[in-house]
Amino acid sequence: MLHEIVISGFGGQGALFAGQLLAYGALEEGWHVTWIPSYGPEMRGGTANCTVIISDEEIGSPLTRHPTAAIVMNLPSYERFEPLIAPGGVLVVNASLIAQKSQRADIRIIYAPANDIAAELGAAQMANVVLVGAMLAATGALQFETLDQVLDKHISARHRDKLELNKRALRRGGALAV
Amino acid sequence: MTKELWKGNEALAEAALRAGLEAYFGYPITPQTELLEYLAKKMLATGRAFVQAESEVAAINMVYGAASTGARVMSSSSSPGMSLMQEGLSYIAGSQVPVVLVDIMRGGPGLGNIAPSQSDYFQLTKGGGHGDYRPIVLAPASVQEAADLMYGAFDLADKYRYIVIIAADGNIGQMMEPIEMPPQRRLEKKDRGWELTGAAGRPHRLISSIYLQSEALHQFNMHLQAKHRQIEQNEVRYEEYLLDDAEYAVVAFGSAARAAHSAVRWARAKNIRAGLFRPISLYPFPHAQLTALAQRVRALLVVEMNTGQMLEDVRLAVAERVPIQFYGVTGGLVPFADDVLPEIEKLTRLDNGAS
Repeated sequence: MLHEIVISGFGGQGALFAGQLLAYGALEEGWHVTWIPSYGPEMRGGTANCTVIISDEEIGSPLTRHPTAAIVMNLPSYERFEPLIAPGGVLVVNASLIAQKSQRADIRIIYAPANDIAAELGAAQMANVVLVGAMLAATGALQFETLDQVLDKHISARHRDKLELNKRALRRGGALAV
Repeated sequence: MTKELWKGNEALAEAALRAGLEAYFGYPITPQTELLEYLAKKMLATGRAFVQAESEVAAINMVYGAASTGARVMSSSSSPGMSLMQEGLSYIAGSQVPVVLVDIMRGGPGLGNIAPSQSDYFQLTKGGGHGDYRPIVLAPASVQEAADLMYGAFDLADKYRYIVIIAADGNIGQMMEPIEMPPQRRLEKKDRGWELTGAAGRPHRLISSIYLQSEALHQFNMHLQAKHRQIEQNEVRYEEYLLDDAEYAVVAFGSAARAAHSAVRWARAKNIRAGLFRPISLYPFPHAQLTALAQRVRALLVVEMNTGQMLEDVRLAVAERVPIQFYGVTGGLVPFADDVLPEIEKLTRLDNGAS
């Protein structure tokens, strides 16, 4: 079992936090896991990405050149990572912000209008969670119930009121990949 | 014990607290800043000393002063900041006070950039400042190891009254991994016979690096050299991975070793008998172990995030016994397993060509 997942977007879209949700989930399920951010001067508006590796074996490199799954939240991220996904891998595209359609036939692609879904649910900041849901449904990397527990534990105090909404966002994303 | 997810910089800070850190002096610099931030919150809350100094030069001299009183003291920085600290470190070595430092290495020379690097190897392991001294340098390759080495670093510094440097790179500092954090220690303060605690009721003590008489300075240097020989005998640390039957060995430390670890596994899947030798102590360097390894394998590959600094120590240990190839990236680039695997494959061709 090996999932090498990249999550990439503008700073402020929650790419790093989405990756941490996965890392906490993997820890919860007892896997080996690493989370590593690109830590350049990426504040709101710049690009930010992180790599999460989940494995049943000791993890060597915490970085990967060819992720088995990627969540791309904006166009620069799509352009960077779409060609790099390993054959047989999964690409989750934030279709609310990315109009491009991939020509690749060797990977599974899910177009998730994540910003629209999140806004419809009542909190636009949850687009990242919608995308995580789609990725998890497509890869089976972690159980949804595990992510519920992680949200219970790690959602910040100021977003506490949106806990249940986040769980719904996760499943709305998951429904896109069934 | 349950595992928790920790970021490298914060794990280093927490492990230092649990090892009984009493005073911290530092100056913020990426990619190390979370360490200082974490201690800023925790040190004062637990009644310990924390000072954000006006510069790294000031910070290291505050460290020197606090260490002279026998306190458990540390600083942390990243490459350009470490360069600024070198004068102070030379004085600290010359005064034989125990000090722990963390260097979260970034790209150089000069201001370079904030991305991960291993290009402080020469500076850290060969002395750095003026004079014949060499700090103990320990290079973690994971967050767990970073916490464990940090936890033991103060005892090591005390044991030899010397400098211990935890040399990690930006990736180890920024990465999160599940770890078991070692428990809080209770330290008993006892007088060790050298610290400056006020001379009332006892003969005065002097901590200094000044020896105006040549013969006296020579004697002091011989004493330091004897200390180095002891450190070389007692403190060598390394890890071997799949080396038992290996024909080809990769030598790498820190983050570079993580990529090499993956590449070695991939090479095994291609029926190449590769293994990994990972120095954990960069000084003392595992010289004898590498000499022995060179008698068992056909060729070595050294992988570093610099242009070949540890490579020189590997060459000293291996001499001309087997061919040594090098793969390095700089500037904040990180070796990927995809890059290391073809370099291992080259070793096998080199070998065929020679025979």
